[in-house]
Amino acid sequence: MLAKLTHPRIGGLLILSLIIALLPLALPNNYYYDVAIKIGINAIVVVGLNLLIGYAGQISLGHGGFFGLGAYTSGILTAVYGWPPLLALLTGVAVVGVLSFIVARPILRLTGHYLAMATLGLGIIISIVISNEDWLTGGPDGMYVEPFTLLGWELYGEKPWYWVIGALLVISVWMAMNIVDSPAGRALRAVHGSEVAAQVVGVDTTGYKVLLFVVSAVFASVMGSLFAHYSGFITPAQAGFFHSIELVTMVVLGGMASTYGALVGAVLLTVLPQLLSGFEDFEMVIFGLILMLTLIFMPKGLVPTLTHKLKDWRGGRS
Amino acid sequence: MLKSLFTRGAMLAVCAVSLLSPALADDAIKIGSFLSATGPASFLGDPELKTLQLYIDKLNAEGGLLGKKVELIHYDDAGDAEKARTFVKRLLDNDKVSLIIGGTTTGTTMAAIPLVERAKIPFISLAGGIDIIDPVKKWVFKTPQTDRMAAAKIMEDMKKRGYTKIALLSETSGFGRSGREQTLKVAPEYGIDIVLDETYGPKDTDMTAQLTKIKNTEGVQAVFVFGFGQGPAIVTKNYAQLGITLPLYQSHGVASNSYIDLAGDAAQGVLISASALLITDDLPADDVQKTVLVNYKKDYETAFKAPVSTFGAYAYDGLMLAVNAIKKAGSTDPSKVRDAIEQTEGYVGATGVVNMSPKDHMGLDLTAFRILEIKDGGWVLIQ
Amino acid sequence: MGAGRPLLVITAGCSGIMFAEFLQYLFSGMTIGATYALVGLGFAIIYNASHVINFAQGEFVMIGGMATVFLIHIGLPLPVAILGAVALAVVTGLALEKLAVEPARNADVVTLIIITIGASIFLRGLAQVLWGKEFFALPAFSGNDPIHLGGATLLPQSLWVLGITLAIVVALAWFFKYTLIGKAILATACNADAAKMMGINTQFILFISFGLSALLGAVAGIIVAPITLTSYDVGIMLGLKGFVAAVLGGLGSAVGAIVGGLLLGIIEAMAAGYISSDYKDAVPFVIILLILFFLPSGLFGARGTERV
Repeated sequence: MLAKLTHPRIGGLLILSLIIALLPLALPNNYYYDVAIKIGINAIVVVGLNLLIGYAGQISLGHGGFFGLGAYTSGILTAVYGWPPLLALLTGVAVVGVLSFIVARPILRLTGHYLAMATLGLGIIISIVISNEDWLTGGPDGMYVEPFTLLGWELYGEKPWYWVIGALLVISVWMAMNIVDSPAGRALRAVHGSEVAAQVVGVDTTGYKVLLFVVSAVFASVMGSLFAHYSGFITPAQAGFFHSIELVTMVVLGGMASTYGALVGAVLLTVLPQLLSGFEDFEMVIFGLILMLTLIFMPKGLVPTLTHKLKDWRGGRS
Repeated sequence: MLKSLFTRGAMLAVCAVSLLSPALADDAIKIGSFLSATGPASFLGDPELKTLQLYIDKLNAEGGLLGKKVELIHYDDAGDAEKARTFVKRLLDNDKVSLIIGGTTTGTTMAAIPLVERAKIPFISLAGGIDIIDPVKKWVFKTPQTDRMAAAKIMEDMKKRGYTKIALLSETSGFGRSGREQTLKVAPEYGIDIVLDETYGPKDTDMTAQLTKIKNTEGVQAVFVFGFGQGPAIVTKNYAQLGITLPLYQSHGVASNSYIDLAGDAAQGVLISASALLITDDLPADDVQKTVLVNYKKDYETAFKAPVSTFGAYAYDGLMLAVNAIKKAGSTDPSKVRDAIEQTEGYVGATGVVNMSPKDHMGLDLTAFRILEIKDGGWVLIQ
Repeated sequence: MGAGRPLLVITAGCSGIMFAEFLQYLFSGMTIGATYALVGLGFAIIYNASHVINFAQGEFVMIGGMATVFLIHIGLPLPVAILGAVALAVVTGLALEKLAVEPARNADVVTLIIITIGASIFLRGLAQVLWGKEFFALPAFSGNDPIHLGGATLLPQSLWVLGITLAIVVALAWFFKYTLIGKAILATACNADAAKMMGINTQFILFISFGLSALLGAVAGIIVAPITLTSYDVGIMLGLKGFVAAVLGGLGSAVGAIVGGLLLGIIEAMAAGYISSDYKDAVPFVIILLILFFLPSGLFGARGTERV
């Protein structure tokens, strides 16, 4: 039993749950809840994206597009066509799932940065369409989205949302770890990421990469839908190129191929702009500097570097 | 190992929390603001912020408001609606401001509206979109003219000159999109037919393709450009390059001297709808706005050594409406202040004369716009 | 017979206008496309040396334009200001490689890419603080009187843009073919490991590549500024367009980047003129997706599948 608890997978999940459960004690008002919820939403998207970047070795420059597609599918279907939010969310998942599969299948057979380019194109096309079709999407000024309801129960306000997003975060971390630990995932890691070696031992690496891409896109879509209902207001910026870049940055800053790294990356990049808001015109300079310096001195990202240092330190002491 | 990492993380979070908490004097009147002081709309947001800071300092130097100091709490949303939403939440829930002046763009304003409505805090927006005040929202006001008014003013002038067939070239930004929609709506009322409806991207660097199309379209009598920032300046340059001789109209989105600087000689003869601020020095002495405009221009230009723009004037009006309302209400009680703003009557502002009512949360009429023509690098009043 | 003649005249007149229209789109597209090509070339050179997509490329464009404006403002003549601005951009590029990329040279390529994103935010922020948030116009190198050609018009500045771009392309071709450093850059691009074994200092090659890319970006930013205006955040758009140009031509191919850039400019102008000005920005990306599906190595790229 004790051994099970100290197993990094279960132990980590327990600690994460504990933090989520205890954090409200340190949140004095709704604004702090709002930041926490946004951290959670970003974290779930980034945990998904980390699967792709960290384990499939592919970059996506279009996850903002999937997030936006989810958000707008939910927003439009509930507000304009009166669909129930859950059905709209699932429709978004289906659309994004199919779209990402269609794109990924032929492209992931190739090696190189082709997925990055394809997702760049896809993401930008999605954001252009959302921005242009203003009769449906409200155009660049954005659109309002109804609150999330399920069986007559309305999810509204920061505190209920905090618990919903918190629970989803734990579930998605658990899911991500399971996917990573699946036989195919293990095989890929066992051969130290060498695709050729993995293929030689009979692992369908392309299929596995496509799966990771689709899963990460669906994570983004679901969170886009929920974000739309939570925030109540969405703009094409959610689907934009810079949102995509922001998400990739969270993965890399926290540490690639580390699920908890993805979490830390999401926390930092969500909180940082709030902390820097007092610097006014110097905000960009400081933000850029922090990003650069962190990665220059911790090229593996925060969590992997710090855990490594910690291990060294402990090893040296004993 | 993971555990220690997470305790560290938790400590960091607590540190962050304490950093975020404002350490402010409690007895000050807190005015909140979120503006696009950086980002693509910064040339609107920057003079707005400067104006607010300038006049709040002035107010405090003169003894404050209701005997209290006034404190401006400002966040820069960089034109991002989602950032704006979080900052508004911060102003409302964390900073507990009495009133908000802000929202440089229609998008950031729209993101803020549901929050201020729920928090029941007066909000004076500095953005143009008509959707902000139509339909009327209880707690939301705005100081700039609407995009519909800009379109109407231009159409009025076109009608007067006998143009009935025009081409519209609008920007795909929020400002341009909404302007296009209103222009299409208003044009029939003036018997004007939009024979060509083209767009350009807010970051585009060349519009000769769209203009060539306009140039080669039979029967176009005038061209109306609806956009803001550098785009309209590039349009103007391309217009001259192609040798198009049709009258060129621009919206109030270019109402600043920098437009003339950027477009250079190409701007000669361009007609725009704008506030009177641009022609302050040439206004007849009996013009109601003369004194206000002369003073604002003097204050701003002495303080910042930069020419005034009509955008900063929106913030000036916003602040004065708020100050007058707080004075009238005798407190910062949100609903009293709200009522006082709504009862504003005959306020002579830098944009126009404001008469609010429960049905009109902007209170300006078409006289707040003048048609100006650019001649020899300066503005000339046409009407 | 009698009715045929005027009809013929009308169609001739009509096609005359149509041809002039086409020519105008072509001129406009090529002018902007040439700048995309220079920026794209910058992406390609750094990509070849390191597989890093340098997202700070757009900031070199910005530094070129903004520094020129600033140097003119403090009273320097245009040619001196241009040289100063290019020098500043090159120094920035070299410093970026030395201070930010080289210390992390053992990191994953993705990490290096994010470092360049950090650098681009930093540089843009610095420019905003130093030079302000306004847009600036640079005076045209030789006047603004349009040149009429086949019913279309062309600004003298467009000729400067096309001429300088051509000169740079020729100079680069010579550089890669006949200089030792040029050949070393090509060798590194072809196979970095083999190049290293041959005694080429690949780190130095990357250093030079950053300087070269910065130079290209700055020149692009300067020659186009009189037409497109410049500001502290002009690099976002031109950087992205340059990246798209590089991708369109098959990332990592110098010829591809040039053709990709010109093509991108022309596609945009044609799409705005003939298809839809709303969707002109989407057209290049649709083409990229089609290329990836059906012609994955790009128009001029190497083979799509890598050797083991």
